[in-house]
Amino acid sequence: MHQLVRKSTAGTMESSDVFVELEPAGQIEIEIESVVYAQFGDAIENTVRDVLQKQGVTGARVRLHDRGALECVLRARVETAVRRGREER
Amino acid sequence: MKNGKLLSGIAEAVRASGLRDGMTVSFHHHLRNGDYVLNMVLEAAAQQGIRDLTVNASSLFDTHLPLLGHIENGVVTGIETDYMSGALGAHISRGALKKPVVFRSHGGRPHDIVRGASPIDVAFIAAPTSDPMGNCTGKTGPSACGSLGYAFADALHAKTVVVVTDNLVPYPLQDWSIDETHVDYVVKVDQIGDPAGIVSGTTKITRDPVGLVMADTAARVIAASGLLKEGFSFQTGAGGASLAAARYLKDIMLREKIRGSFGLGGITGYMVDMLNEGCFETLLDVQCFDLKAVQSIRENPRHREISAMHYASPGARSAVVDSLDVVILGATEIDLDFNVNVHTDSQGRIMGGSGGHSDTAAGAKLAMIIAPLSRARLPIVTEHVTCVSTPGETIDVLVTQKGVAVNPRQKELAQRLRDAGLPVCGIDELKARAEAMTGVPRPIARGDRPVAEVLYRDGSHLDTIYNTL
Amino acid sequence: MRRSMLFLPGNTPNILINGDALGADALIFDLEDAVSPDEKDSARILVRSAVSALGYAGCEIIVRINAVDTPYWREDLREIVPLKPSLIMPPKTSCAQDVLTVDAAIAGLEDELGMQRGTVRLIPLIETALGVENAYQIASACPRVAAIFLGGEDLTADLRCKRTREGAEIAYARSRMVCAARAAGVDVYDTPFTDVNDDEGLVLDAKTAKSLGFTGKAAISPRHVPGINEVFSPSLAEINYAYEVLEAIRLAKEQGRGAVALRGKMIDAPIVARARQTIEAAEQLGLGGDRA
Repeated sequence: MHQLVRKSTAGTMESSDVFVELEPAGQIEIEIESVVYAQFGDAIENTVRDVLQKQGVTGARVRLHDRGALECVLRARVETAVRRGREER
Repeated sequence: MKNGKLLSGIAEAVRASGLRDGMTVSFHHHLRNGDYVLNMVLEAAAQQGIRDLTVNASSLFDTHLPLLGHIENGVVTGIETDYMSGALGAHISRGALKKPVVFRSHGGRPHDIVRGASPIDVAFIAAPTSDPMGNCTGKTGPSACGSLGYAFADALHAKTVVVVTDNLVPYPLQDWSIDETHVDYVVKVDQIGDPAGIVSGTTKITRDPVGLVMADTAARVIAASGLLKEGFSFQTGAGGASLAAARYLKDIMLREKIRGSFGLGGITGYMVDMLNEGCFETLLDVQCFDLKAVQSIRENPRHREISAMHYASPGARSAVVDSLDVVILGATEIDLDFNVNVHTDSQGRIMGGSGGHSDTAAGAKLAMIIAPLSRARLPIVTEHVTCVSTPGETIDVLVTQKGVAVNPRQKELAQRLRDAGLPVCGIDELKARAEAMTGVPRPIARGDRPVAEVLYRDGSHLDTIYNTL
Repeated sequence: MRRSMLFLPGNTPNILINGDALGADALIFDLEDAVSPDEKDSARILVRSAVSALGYAGCEIIVRINAVDTPYWREDLREIVPLKPSLIMPPKTSCAQDVLTVDAAIAGLEDELGMQRGTVRLIPLIETALGVENAYQIASACPRVAAIFLGGEDLTADLRCKRTREGAEIAYARSRMVCAARAAGVDVYDTPFTDVNDDEGLVLDAKTAKSLGFTGKAAISPRHVPGINEVFSPSLAEINYAYEVLEAIRLAKEQGRGAVALRGKMIDAPIVARARQTIEAAEQLGLGGDRA
């Protein structure tokens, strides 16, 4: 699997969506800002780690601005950001 | 002729009223988020060095954020209200006020004022039009707000009553709501409020597809309940989905030529349309929400102003809610016992209050909650609500976009809805369905300091709200 | 039973996650017009993720991919075919070859994924003058075609006329589509009604479509779904008549008669087949007739 080669983003700040910012890094660093952080902060972090692992990404700085996205939406947005981050421009 | 009621300004009125340390001062909320009067009075009180006041307001909005400064300086040390909007609520939830806020319902507040459980020393009554003797109304004037329903208990029972107006007219004002026999002083100010914040130009129906699906289901529930017939009575909120439900209900009533008796509550243009198109004989209006409602209450004799006592007091010999067939209400949370929270959001922050929620739920034959299965990944149905605002035994139906749950007490109603092909299921199933999509939320941690006490409409204690962390 | 097909924009989570609550028999997840070119990738990933996680019980899944003359459609198929949607909708289908191109690509993916060939079927969207003229060739291009669908908006642009509430400008296309579909033995779906606030116009439009022989109708707004469902559900009179037909057939069989008449009209095989379809639809919808 390819690692990230550039900064990328995916998603929106709309309700029920999440805006993902991704950039290459030495290890996985995750920063979460969420309207449901108290209820789902851990779950969100676990989901992000799982997607990165499945995509074979071992180094990334991830920033999330979550507007209450369901897990399937979060997975899709992180995956999109990863794919975009692998493409040379 | 007795004279000397008319004073030159708020500062003079505060002095004349005899307001002193430790007293309770009251306000109504008909000017909503456009109100200037509460802030003007507290500013004057602060300047005169008065401290330790309790503010009893029928509702508080974000325009009243200067309250926080008065709390910090010790001018205000107590708050009693029926509703508090989010920005103010967030501060109170963090513990801005030492003494817990006392929350009542719109029926419980006048009940407690009338029976002396919640005495008021000075009531400042914002009045869009008044004459120099204090005959006043909300129906006319540049700051017109329509009904003055929530001001009556204050006017009738406060020790001192001050009318504050920006539209002084010659004596006697013909179409008064509150009459001069209750009024001690009248003050003319430049502006009692910002018209843009007092009433909305128009209240709009939701375009959100989920809201429309819920509204359609809500109307079908009412049609199937057996209550929708000659003499039907109805209240709905001003929220998007509630209004859309009223619209669908209107379609059914017109199609089936059902002539109802009365529409109740906070009144919007949609209820006015229902009156004018023959769905109701009468509107009973404790508060106007938009310009169309204000115009209607001014011009249409079948659109009547009622006091909060008449609307909902449990101590009245009877109140309109006791004759109500159906009410549509909202919720931020509802639990497996149908208890409803409208005081806090899911983080435990105060952002609302009962208003008439628990009053109408107790009175109506069918009390319906309409709410989406989840909001921003948080299921609407919880194990236990963060705050009990309305007891579950007074709630009959929960309508979501993915199913209708009926309180197990209402077996006959559940059968009627099933027979009509409505998607009836257990409230636990709705919880499970939501959690299948969202995951199970972790319970939020709260502090151990009470920031508000919620009283039921009869004055009994319902729940305590604790500080957020 | 597919009366209504509701379009959902493929890259809008708060609409996608409630798709199954909107009352439509089928959901069309749109990767084409509702998605801007630089979000095509995120839309197809979101649709894949949402459909596989949420399931949309009770709704058929249809995905509108991008047209075969764009750089997107192959990647759309690669993401979507593994989901095994009921139908894939290729837009701007103008000839049989357009269908065969998509058919071959899907077949390749089905082989690659170990799926049985023909698992995923097609509902070509016909929205050009050439497509309408080729409707029968499109409908019969390959066994994968399950239905055809008329797109009135693009068609009227191609015809250089204005789309109207009454729809005289698409009358020919509608009739031609129905005839082509029935000749090819596939279903046929009518174009959405576009005025979201005109409930009466929607019902009239749906009634017109039903009277011409359409199987059902698409919607771009959830507000139109209940009206479409009502128009395309069998009426009580139709259900009762269907039961009468079957009862007459049963009696005739019992009495060993060959020819059967009902209300003075001969009942032939197509009438019986129609009656069976009506009853099947009524049972699926939980609609009862006055059956003894």
